Amino acid sequence: MKLKHLIASLALPLAGLAFAAPASAFCGFYVAKADTDLFNDASKVVLARDGDRTVITMASDFRGDVSEFAMVVPVVAVPEREQINVANPALIKHLDAYTAPRLVEYYDENPCEADRRYRMMENSAPMPAPPMPSAADEAESLGVTIEAEYEVGEYDILILSAEESDGLIKWLNQNGYKIPKGAEETVGAYLKRDMKFFVAKVSLERHDGSAMLRPIQVAYEDEDFMLPIRLGTVNAEGKQELFVFALTSKGRVETSNYRTVKLPSDMDVPIYVKDEFADFYKAMFSHQVEKENGKAVFMEYAWDMSWCDPCAAEPLRPSELRELGVMWLDDAPEGPTPRGMAPSPVDVFVTRLHLRYDAKTFPEDLTFEITGDRENYQGRYVLRHPWRGDYTSCSAASEYASSLVERWDAEAVALAKLTGWDVNDIRDKMADGGYSAAAIRGVDVENPVNKKSWWKRLWGNG
Amino acid sequence: MYDVSRMDAVARLPLALFRTIDADPRHWQIIALAGLFLFSYSTSSFGAEPSALLFAFCGAMLAQGLGSAVLNLRAGRPLLHGFDPKSALITTLGVTILLRAAAPWIWFAAAFTGIALKFLVRIKGKHVFNPGCIGIVAMMLLLGRDAWVSPGQWGQMPLIAGYALALAALTLSSAKRLDIAIGFLATFAAILFARAMWLGDPMAIPLHQLSSGSLLIFAFFMITDPRSTPDSRVGRILFAMAVAGLATWFIIGPNQRGAPLMALAALGLLTPLLDRALPARRFEWPRGTPAPDRARPIFTLSPLKPWGTKET
Repeated sequence: MKLKHLIASLALPLAGLAFAAPASAFCGFYVAKADTDLFNDASKVVLARDGDRTVITMASDFRGDVSEFAMVVPVVAVPEREQINVANPALIKHLDAYTAPRLVEYYDENPCEADRRYRMMENSAPMPAPPMPSAADEAESLGVTIEAEYEVGEYDILILSAEESDGLIKWLNQNGYKIPKGAEETVGAYLKRDMKFFVAKVSLERHDGSAMLRPIQVAYEDEDFMLPIRLGTVNAEGKQELFVFALTSKGRVETSNYRTVKLPSDMDVPIYVKDEFADFYKAMFSHQVEKENGKAVFMEYAWDMSWCDPCAAEPLRPSELRELGVMWLDDAPEGPTPRGMAPSPVDVFVTRLHLRYDAKTFPEDLTFEITGDRENYQGRYVLRHPWRGDYTSCSAASEYASSLVERWDAEAVALAKLTGWDVNDIRDKMADGGYSAAAIRGVDVENPVNKKSWWKRLWGNG
Repeated sequence: MYDVSRMDAVARLPLALFRTIDADPRHWQIIALAGLFLFSYSTSSFGAEPSALLFAFCGAMLAQGLGSAVLNLRAGRPLLHGFDPKSALITTLGVTILLRAAAPWIWFAAAFTGIALKFLVRIKGKHVFNPGCIGIVAMMLLLGRDAWVSPGQWGQMPLIAGYALALAALTLSSAKRLDIAIGFLATFAAILFARAMWLGDPMAIPLHQLSSGSLLIFAFFMITDPRSTPDSRVGRILFAMAVAGLATWFIIGPNQRGAPLMALAALGLLTPLLDRALPARRFEWPRGTPAPDRARPIFTLSPLKPWGTKET
């Protein structure tokens, strides 16, 4: 790892453009990313975990009248005021961008030339969103106890305990939390496990009127490393979309009660995907969910936070990581750093998990396991731009031309397999863009050059 | 040309093969575990790896060789007399299939530790711990997060359940240890269902927990080891229930990693106690196990030996 850093920083002045990449592991030129904004109403949760200590940061894509917002989360204990915080939404945006599945591109060189030329392209990208809460009163008669009451940022937060789920739900509904019908059993199960309810609403007095609500953070200690998701499945308005970003010092995080699957990665895809990367990613994700019968958690990124290659966004700075709850980082000097590198190696490993769930496919809350696996993984899709020129100018060029046709066909098949799209539609679209046999002029593609008899190719006298 | 005797031999081949395999329940177990290895390797993003298999194999065989050599040395026999790789191979496969680790040497260490403890920790000549289980547990306790089990990775596929059941039935019926598997699963299921009812949870939750592939593997291929479980049937069922009870407590209470394995390892000492309270004839593998006392094979070898002898 150290060596890689060294090589990367040496290479940077030469590349001039940004990629912390040892030449031998060059991962392509970053083009675009697919961040969580593509999915409507996605929830984003950041979990920083070390030993029993956990900081959870919760953000949702709430859009609309903030007075309508409410968040209800089961928690294991009553947190102190100081254990609750609101975070800058930009932190989650940054983490989302850094871990997003990415599109990279390569340019084929002139097959007649021995030297190589790299070009690069760059894009910029978008980001995520926030959550909220409300207030409380009376309630004794319903068997509900207000264990604590806090004002944090724009939120009014209550920690509730209750004897019965009925009483709690009644109280919540009376106080403006719209608890969907059918929540009794789930709420009751949490209460029997002696859990409390953390409920939050937006205080209209303290809210600054911005459309974006800030993420709520809670720091707590618990030997269970889990995330309650069952309340989210109660109202069952279709499937829920959830992104979990786990930050540990040890390594990759996986779910221990559901199968964790790597999203297919490192595929060559047709060039036109560049213009519809968002559609591509959404279709691919849906298709892969289907292939796993909806029962898998997908790993989209697992990487040492010290670097990236290629970078969809810069690694998070130690100060940002601390704000997100990474409690094991020492204060490290911060200053301008080369792109693609953290200021100094940070002891943080990030795992991005993505799941689409409902009560049927994910009946149980998620439990996590921190593993010692530090193998880097990223969702990465590759565009290979063909060299365009006179394909008859040398024998290498004509062979290259026929290899292109095979390559494009393989790309079409791969894309169809990834997304479930019709392979003929893909081929048509590729042909429209000039990526088909017919588009290669000067070469008889029906009878491509490499179909010459092998002895002619052998001595070049064909 | 019509060679009747040859045709006859060919026709008998499948039967002969079956008998050869069936001569030792461990043969079925090895086949089943090898299948599970291939399943895990080919279907999981984080499945069993051939390199891990190699490392575990080396560790298990080294420990088995050393252990046999020391026993033989004491008894004045040739060093590798009676060296039996079958049990060590089962440990190899069990460790490879269930353990995940941050470095390859950990599989070596787990298999080595498991087999070494088989020789070192014995009460009245019977080993206390299931070798594969204690090897994995030792690594998890010693190395923390660098060694883990991935219970979710087996998914909930009926395919694997059917496969495991079929082969487990063969394995266990010939070793007469189906009682442990059933005792364990029944107790485990009863506790989970009872808890779900008390909590008011939908039954989908205990069903989800029970359909875990790793639980089936544990129940059919690990806790059922005849050599480290009680000799009497009543003792075995009590043992299975105790392991299930502790495992569910580990899951519900402290959310212990690798709960069933931890429970089995923790209750290893229960076996000699149960054997004392409920004595019965000691189980021996058909030949090859260098157990010192009362070595009377329960299984007689099949008279048909198309591949030569079954000794290794």
